[in-house]
Amino acid sequence: MVTGIATNRLPARNDAAESAILAAIWRALADVADPELPTVSIVELGIVRDVARVGDEWIVTVTPTYSGCPATRIIESDIRTTLAAIGENVRIVTALAPAWTTDWIAPEGRQKLRDAGIAPPHPVTREGWLDSQPITFARSRPAVRCPNCGSLKTAELARFGSTPCKAQYRCGECLEPFDLFKAH
Amino acid sequence: MTASPPATLDAERFDYLLRLADNGLVLAQRLGEWVGKGPVLEEDIASTNVGLDLLGQARLWLAYAGDVEAANGSPARSEDDLAYFRDSADFRNLLLVEQPNGNYADTIARQFLFDQWHVLLLGQLTLSRDDRIAAIAAKAVKEVRYHVERSADWVVRLGDGTPTSHSRMQAAIDGLWMYTGEMFSVDATERTLIDAGIAADAAALQQTWQSLVRTVLDEASIVVPADPFMQGSRSRGGKQGLHTEHLSRMLAEMQVLPRSYPDARW
Repeated sequence: MVTGIATNRLPARNDAAESAILAAIWRALADVADPELPTVSIVELGIVRDVARVGDEWIVTVTPTYSGCPATRIIESDIRTTLAAIGENVRIVTALAPAWTTDWIAPEGRQKLRDAGIAPPHPVTREGWLDSQPITFARSRPAVRCPNCGSLKTAELARFGSTPCKAQYRCGECLEPFDLFKAH
Repeated sequence: MTASPPATLDAERFDYLLRLADNGLVLAQRLGEWVGKGPVLEEDIASTNVGLDLLGQARLWLAYAGDVEAANGSPARSEDDLAYFRDSADFRNLLLVEQPNGNYADTIARQFLFDQWHVLLLGQLTLSRDDRIAAIAAKAVKEVRYHVERSADWVVRLGDGTPTSHSRMQAAIDGLWMYTGEMFSVDATERTLIDAGIAADAAALQQTWQSLVRTVLDEASIVVPADPFMQGSRSRGGKQGLHTEHLSRMLAEMQVLPRSYPDARW
């Protein structure tokens, strides 16, 4: 794995064969499921940032979700396995900046999360200026909609859930517990 | 590929990266000690998830430290080499984060005092002239914003909870307060890097930190300790490798496996 900030890439050659390979790589990547949220793909989660031809290899730029997410290495190995089938020379580059945000999760991805009983993340509002605001218990907290019945009468049970990217909630209407994908 | 860091100040930069890394590494190890024995299942999971974020951040800092060292002609050390094969005098973490877990109020108090500082520090580091430091900080600060919300909430829950939880939280804050001065001390290493636009000026964060912490402690009905002796700017401490006895005991457990079986893989 190469850790870097951005890829220095050459302009892609624009011939038809190359576009076909590029499209095939994206199609293949769209089939790579997130290991911890198998209903969504790594493309829908915004983990794949770029695919580009550099010299005689294809550079797939990915970005980690959380610094300590145990899925990161599994995702890389899944990408490698999937793209091996295409027979091209592929290199995976990890880009730290810009930092991954749940705002990059595509609308289809959000719907799939909801269908799987996971409340999708609300837009990221916790901008830097809030860092100098005190974190009072009485602060306003985002309204979370129950993915099962649509009610807003929900309450947080725990800040963390089954994976680092989720929190545990309970619906006060249908009484079902559910996961919230944390806005990040 | 990696944006190459300016080739100057490598010794200072290496030391500073260890300070950033070791705070995360040591606190992650402490939080890991709660695995399987948290007070409630949800907190067991939360503590270790916070630890996981901090460990991930520490790996990014350590990897960069290893690269800086190697660029300077020293033999390249991996993140694992730096984590497992340095002794306590070579660790650069704050004294606060190496303090034992104690009861859950002690753990939460330590976490809140650190988180509130960490979020301010990382916010400043996103502006670093060193692109790689800025990139790691921009990633980490998002995680730490979530950490401080959780630890602040627990300070209030326990401080404003039962008489027992209140007295334990008060005792925890009283006991840890003396270690907070060190967070704002700036030594020659940091001064050089601050002047170069690489490090954050920790001293400039003190007032903001105090006011944010006071607000939460007030809400938790916890009395802010009157300033006792503090590990402060004129003394040397964890950032210079002078640690409390707790660190070497913790490292003994953390490092025993790779030191006993240097080729161990899993």
